[in-house]
Amino acid sequence: MAKNHVTTTINNEPVEFLCDTHETMLDVLRNDLGLTGSKEGCGSGDCGACTIMVDGRLACACLMLGAEAEGRTIETIEGMASGEELHPLQKKFVDEAALQCGICTPGVLVAAKALLERNPDPTETEVRYWLAGNLCRCTGYDKIIRAVMDTAAEMRAN
Amino acid sequence: MRYVAPSTLEEASAFLLEANGTGRVLAGGTDLLVQLRAGVTTPGIIVDVKHIEELMTIQDEDGGFRVGAAVCGQELGEHPGVTTAWPGVVEAVELIGSTQVQGRATAGGNLCNASPAADSVPAMIAAGATVAVYGPNGRRELAVEDVPARPGKTNLEPGELITSIKLPARPAGSGDAYLRMTPRTEMDIAIVGLGVALTMDASGTVSAARVGLGAVAPTALHVADADAALIGSKLDDEALERAAEACRQACNPINDKRGTVEYRTKIAGVLMKRAAKIAAERAGS
Repeated sequence: MAKNHVTTTINNEPVEFLCDTHETMLDVLRNDLGLTGSKEGCGSGDCGACTIMVDGRLACACLMLGAEAEGRTIETIEGMASGEELHPLQKKFVDEAALQCGICTPGVLVAAKALLERNPDPTETEVRYWLAGNLCRCTGYDKIIRAVMDTAAEMRAN
Repeated sequence: MRYVAPSTLEEASAFLLEANGTGRVLAGGTDLLVQLRAGVTTPGIIVDVKHIEELMTIQDEDGGFRVGAAVCGQELGEHPGVTTAWPGVVEAVELIGSTQVQGRATAGGNLCNASPAADSVPAMIAAGATVAVYGPNGRRELAVEDVPARPGKTNLEPGELITSIKLPARPAGSGDAYLRMTPRTEMDIAIVGLGVALTMDASGTVSAARVGLGAVAPTALHVADADAALIGSKLDDEALERAAEACRQACNPINDKRGTVEYRTKIAGVLMKRAAKIAAERAGS
């Protein structure tokens, strides 16, 4: 069976790849494109470790076929920093040590960035609901939620 | 396994028909990809329907809304008209999975996946929603409750696909609500889901009612006896208890680790009363 030829945009760069139909976007990112920031946790859309943006909406890369990327605009954790300059969320997660093992962190950051773009002043409840699809098995969420709230406050002040 | 992304209904239907039962429609993919990975489905062809405009738009129609079958939950929840007219349907759709899932999952897919516990289905049944179907023999309309046949199976014929869901005009003095019970508070599957839509006159008497009940039978149900118990009442305790009893009578649930038969049946009655009160409040506002 011929592979699917896909032309897409990832982190503002035009990208072309070939994939089998059964390959997920996560397979393509990690195995074919070397973008290993998106993690595979559950592979069934429950944990959020593979969270990416597709045409401006959050998605689990494990629940999307690579072939579906044709013509779409995709953003991954690799596109979050501007060169060497970390995104304010990334800086805050480092400063406040809002992570332990780090597997969930890329997905949390991508999801949190999407939240703050839609809602620069979320309540703690809104942050918790928005990130309910990002499972962390280390920190118990408290530091993650605090880091997102603190970043939001800082970004509003600047 | 082949992947195709047609831009017309004619092509999509032809691909499905040609696949002779081995074709699967891909909308949000939040069920299909899990099934692919688990090996429970091995399609010959995957038909991505997100390039067909009719499936991707929400349109005003006859005072109601025609929601493309592949419109994602988040987009539905952002639509001011639909959220105002049918808050119960929107809250049911928004209960499907996390934010990430909401960016992809669709009400059309939730319906066609034919899970008895699908959250959007009881709410759409309560709303009196219908679906537009396209197939080799043209178009037809089906009531939402007539789409699922049994767990994992729909009544769609070979080559047919759902193009849109019609939410009717919301009459004045109407409100709807959806409640579900899950063992965990979030990110879980309903052990009972109940949608109700009410229309009330100026005196507070219910003039129209529809009740949809999910997760307690092989398919989500329209509980006509519960409708009848509510209509003509002022939602007094006696009427609510009759409606609750109708819901309990309609239950034919599975017994599993998530909920026993007794518990699911009892909760169906509880949710009936609570959801009716929320719908009535919304009808008055």
